[in-house]
Amino acid sequence: MKSAVIVFPGSNRERDMLYALEKITGEKPLPVWHTETELPKVDLVVLPGGFSYGDYLRTGAIAARAAIMDDVRKKADQGVHVLGVCNGFQILCEAGLLPGVLVRNNHLKFVCKHVKLEVANASTDFTNKYNKGDVWRCPVAHGDGNYFTDAETLARIEGEGRVVFRYAEGTNPNGSLNDIAGIINDRGNVMGLMPHPENEIEPLNGGAEGRNLFESVLEAVA
Amino acid sequence: MIPNDVKITPELVAEHGLKPDEYQRILDLIGREPTLTELGIFSAMWNEHCSYKSSKKWLRTLPTTGPRVICGPGENAGVVDIGDGQAIIFKMESHNHPSYIEPYQGAATGVGGILRDVFTMGARPIAALNALRFGAPEHPRTRHTVSGVVAGVGGYGNSFGVPTIGGEVNFDESYNGNCLVNAFAAGLADADKIFYSQAKGVGLPIVYLGSKTGRDGIHGATMASAEFGADSEEKRPTVQIGDPFSEKLLLEACLELMASGAVIAIQDMGAAGLTCSAVEMGAKGDLGVELDLDKVPCREAGMTAYEMMLSESQERMLMVLDPKREKDAEAIFRKWGLDFAIIGWTTDDLRFRIKQHGQIMADLPIKELGDQAPEYDRPWVATPKPAALAPADVPAPNDLSEVLLKIVGSPDQCSRRWVWEQYDHLIQGNTAIGPGGDAAVIRVGHSGKALAFTLDVSPRYCAADPVEGGKQAVAECWRNLTAVGAEPLAITDNLNFGNPEKPDIMGQFVGCIQGIGEACRALDFPVVSGNVSLYNETNGKGILPTPAIGGVGLLPDMAKRATVSFKRAGEAIVVIGETKGHLGQSIYLRDVLARREGAPPPVDLAIERRNGDFVRAEIRAEGLTAVHDVSDGGLFLALAEMAMAGGIGAKIEAPGDLPLHAWAFGEDQARYVVTLPETMVKDLLARAAKAGVPAVRIGATAGHELTLDGCNPISLQRLKAAHEGWLPAYMAAAPAEAL
Repeated sequence: MKSAVIVFPGSNRERDMLYALEKITGEKPLPVWHTETELPKVDLVVLPGGFSYGDYLRTGAIAARAAIMDDVRKKADQGVHVLGVCNGFQILCEAGLLPGVLVRNNHLKFVCKHVKLEVANASTDFTNKYNKGDVWRCPVAHGDGNYFTDAETLARIEGEGRVVFRYAEGTNPNGSLNDIAGIINDRGNVMGLMPHPENEIEPLNGGAEGRNLFESVLEAVA
Repeated sequence: MIPNDVKITPELVAEHGLKPDEYQRILDLIGREPTLTELGIFSAMWNEHCSYKSSKKWLRTLPTTGPRVICGPGENAGVVDIGDGQAIIFKMESHNHPSYIEPYQGAATGVGGILRDVFTMGARPIAALNALRFGAPEHPRTRHTVSGVVAGVGGYGNSFGVPTIGGEVNFDESYNGNCLVNAFAAGLADADKIFYSQAKGVGLPIVYLGSKTGRDGIHGATMASAEFGADSEEKRPTVQIGDPFSEKLLLEACLELMASGAVIAIQDMGAAGLTCSAVEMGAKGDLGVELDLDKVPCREAGMTAYEMMLSESQERMLMVLDPKREKDAEAIFRKWGLDFAIIGWTTDDLRFRIKQHGQIMADLPIKELGDQAPEYDRPWVATPKPAALAPADVPAPNDLSEVLLKIVGSPDQCSRRWVWEQYDHLIQGNTAIGPGGDAAVIRVGHSGKALAFTLDVSPRYCAADPVEGGKQAVAECWRNLTAVGAEPLAITDNLNFGNPEKPDIMGQFVGCIQGIGEACRALDFPVVSGNVSLYNETNGKGILPTPAIGGVGLLPDMAKRATVSFKRAGEAIVVIGETKGHLGQSIYLRDVLARREGAPPPVDLAIERRNGDFVRAEIRAEGLTAVHDVSDGGLFLALAEMAMAGGIGAKIEAPGDLPLHAWAFGEDQARYVVTLPETMVKDLLARAAKAGVPAVRIGATAGHELTLDGCNPISLQRLKAAHEGWLPAYMAAAPAEAL
């Protein structure tokens, strides 16, 4: 599987993502600088975690307007798989590729810990290696991970099975609506999540169930 | 002729923190009255923070070399060889005064400054730790300071993208008016690609990189070299504002530029900004420096030479560039959206010359600015040795279990989870042991190698006996590295003390240095970098002497590492090292009996080394399932921490040769608690006996209670509730509520 990782000024988990993708897919992913206007031909485009532009406006708001984002939209329309993790999720929401928004954690503090994630939909291209109802351990590290949207949109995404991951066992770290940790677009090729599956891929991490997410895409595009 | 429209009065000299005899030295050196800009430059270079004028004499006595030391003190950070062509570059630095005045920004820029010190030398930061000390919990300002400092440390490190993996958090009333924020950072570099600050070559361009210069932090270093009074609130404008986003860009741009081969010398602009960085680069290279301030990127118009030379705006660097590579270098910085300007040249006349608007604003001898800084042999009196506390003078409690519950839930011993969950301790994906253990461990590359990091000091020991306290700080640091299986390599020290002009305070400093030096020599644990923070006093009252020690250790094979948690029920628990029940200056004495008395536990460095080498060898032979060093709170607290971490209880039987409370809470040094399968105990004890290491089996892991024979069992649930509960409850309480 060929993949690309977009690097914005202030991205800081792009190296973690590059490492995870290479380790799991066996192919070196291509880093893409935000000023580029065209993505290389790949199967998966990843927007990594970090503090793009320092998160000094709304998180993800400036990066969502970066030059490369026009092509991200175009490729998403063509069905290319797009994954946004943490700041990447925030950027996808700000770019209108996913509904809703990530607001400040309800306790107003940055939080880094392991949470439990429940697989709410195992029939997406990003989760087919999990079983519905699986609960796995995954780290979060964010200050603005509190998913919010209007009641109508919430009812729609819930009704369409577009909530992919939920915080489980009382581990919601940020006050997110309906314990939402990750969602997918209606076409099923753009997903965003706040937790960091790229940091849960080998024994050193204390668990490796984040691999399933990448292996799911690997299988989906094969 | 240098324009000098400001008359230099004795008041003005005093406002710059210069003593009359120091001003006379300036007059003798330059043979005329300095300009205001020049006075500012002298004050920046000659304050305690930058010149180490009170401490230099004593710092020279510390061991700073060793087979693995590539670069000791004097550069931006120390450099140590870790094999395979790699080096670890690390340092710890204080940001105490700014953090008290403005906790968030003070702490944030402290982290930013130390990260810059590390990547200036060509290293990518891989770990950050911090030693934080706050006033008494009931002091009205403490909660505010804790909240701001922790948010600031996290706010900077999280955005920059370095894992913050450990450190210390303690409370004591001596820090009521003067918190301590000691920030440590370590970075990884190729051993043959280290960058230094020494300029080489005449007529080469001096390049300004990073953020623009503003009016923040002017006189920060001078402020940091004075005691606080009632007016500390008014000093807020001297605190810098941090921008971790710019620093992250600066990191990437610098590493990219260094890899391109265009950099001849590089120095970050830290304390005293442009002044200190330019003087150091020139003076180290026996070169003069000429700066044209009209070229300096500024945030606001109309800044004077004085303001520009003393600004401590953050995220800035100064670099001497290979002139042939100027265009490539500029392109890299433009790509990252950072300022890049040639603001001066190296010269052959050993002058530090500053021009603005075509006029010379300062013209000073560059070597003397650094070398001829005043140096003091301040009078000092040794701290009187306290008498050892007789065991009979320390009453036993009615219920040891209740005492343990009190200690695990006390401000200094409770869980720091509330703090470290605000720090991204997992970014970079290399965290093998995170916060909460004896030392944190970070994987290095993929050959199986890892590095261990810890920060340690027991200020109450240092106050009672500076020499023993200094030894103990180094020994505990060495022990914590050993307890995870690492070979201790080297340390950085952050020496926080009160006013050195007081002989008793100077005596604490001298004593601690003596103890640190002795321990470093005995343990082959050289000092490769450090920082001195003096004048930590408010309204004439000094802090406890706090020489924080930051240690780095190497694990050649990360798979052979130890952690504190009990792993399974039914394993034997063994104490390595001799238990004598030393209760002087113990946590039991202080936090349960409210007494601060006696001598601290003596440190025998030969025994420390013997016991530690034994434990490390056992870890590397994969003979132990858990290891924890014994320090504050003694054996009983160590056992409780191991039980809580593993979710497994223990049944313990004291050997019975000591009063039970002394055995349980005594703080004798050079000890570890270890676990291993019962079948292997006999062999372990035999090997220990052969090595002359005291080792005794004290019980076994079992169930969900911690039971010391003769005392009430304590459920892990109660222990955890007490341990995890205090800090969140304290921070959530309204400021007026006393806890």
